[in-house]
Amino acid sequence: MNPESAGLRVSDQNGITRVEFIEQNILDEANIQQIGEALGEVIDAQDDPRLLISFRDVAHLSSAALGALITVSNRVKSKNGELHLSDIDPKILEIFKITRLDRLFEIHDTTAEGLAAFS
Amino acid sequence: MAPNGTNSPHPDDDAEVSLTGETTLQQGDTSGLRTFESAFFDALKKSGYDEGQVFAIRLAVEEAIANGFRHGNEGDPGKTVKVVHEITESDLAISIEDEGTGFDPESVPDPTEDANLEIPSGRGLMLMRAYMTEVNVIPPGNRIEMRFQRDA
Repeated sequence: MNPESAGLRVSDQNGITRVEFIEQNILDEANIQQIGEALGEVIDAQDDPRLLISFRDVAHLSSAALGALITVSNRVKSKNGELHLSDIDPKILEIFKITRLDRLFEIHDTTAEGLAAFS
Repeated sequence: MAPNGTNSPHPDDDAEVSLTGETTLQQGDTSGLRTFESAFFDALKKSGYDEGQVFAIRLAVEEAIANGFRHGNEGDPGKTVKVVHEITESDLAISIEDEGTGFDPESVPDPTEDANLEIPSGRGLMLMRAYMTEVNVIPPGNRIEMRFQRDA
């Protein structure tokens, strides 16, 4: 799965894979599946996956999108990698808090803080 | 949206969703779903619902419809989800019904328990409950009735 056709912008910055969403809404089930597959391939291609996912322009997401993120997190952990999230809109952050996923994910206010958080 | 704006394949296309209505959504018809939703959210905004209220309702309605298609209808392309809504200035009532056999809401494990945090599914219903004033799963469980009270 090509990351761009899944609606993702993927780039490398000093060994950290930066992921951004092109679309504002992560709601469509088929698209969420594509995002999961594309990120799965990114993780599989690395021995020590280090991912920073930015939600800068994301305005809406669904529980299926949260599910895909959890699967990504589990895959990164199984390879002893690191996953950080950043730039989450306050309304979206509320969804992470309600579901207590703010305890599962390492969430940072800005991309710079996210990049600095990798060990 | 029909290419020429006429002879639309969806009866609701190009029409303002009125404050009350009944819409049948076909499995897999993403554009039909988006057409309904954008008109529905417009109707809420025009009725005075603010951005945060529309965000909350949108989240709950998206979850209920997605659950109906995925879990209720089990992805069957021949099945539909029926949405009935009534918007007033003080509240929204919406019912979302799929063609499945239903489910027992008590059987959904609490996704916020530490042991369940890493399970990728089971958060839709809790989000509906968190964002709406009232959520009722009507036995046998293939219809969800929700209400959002503006002053709540």
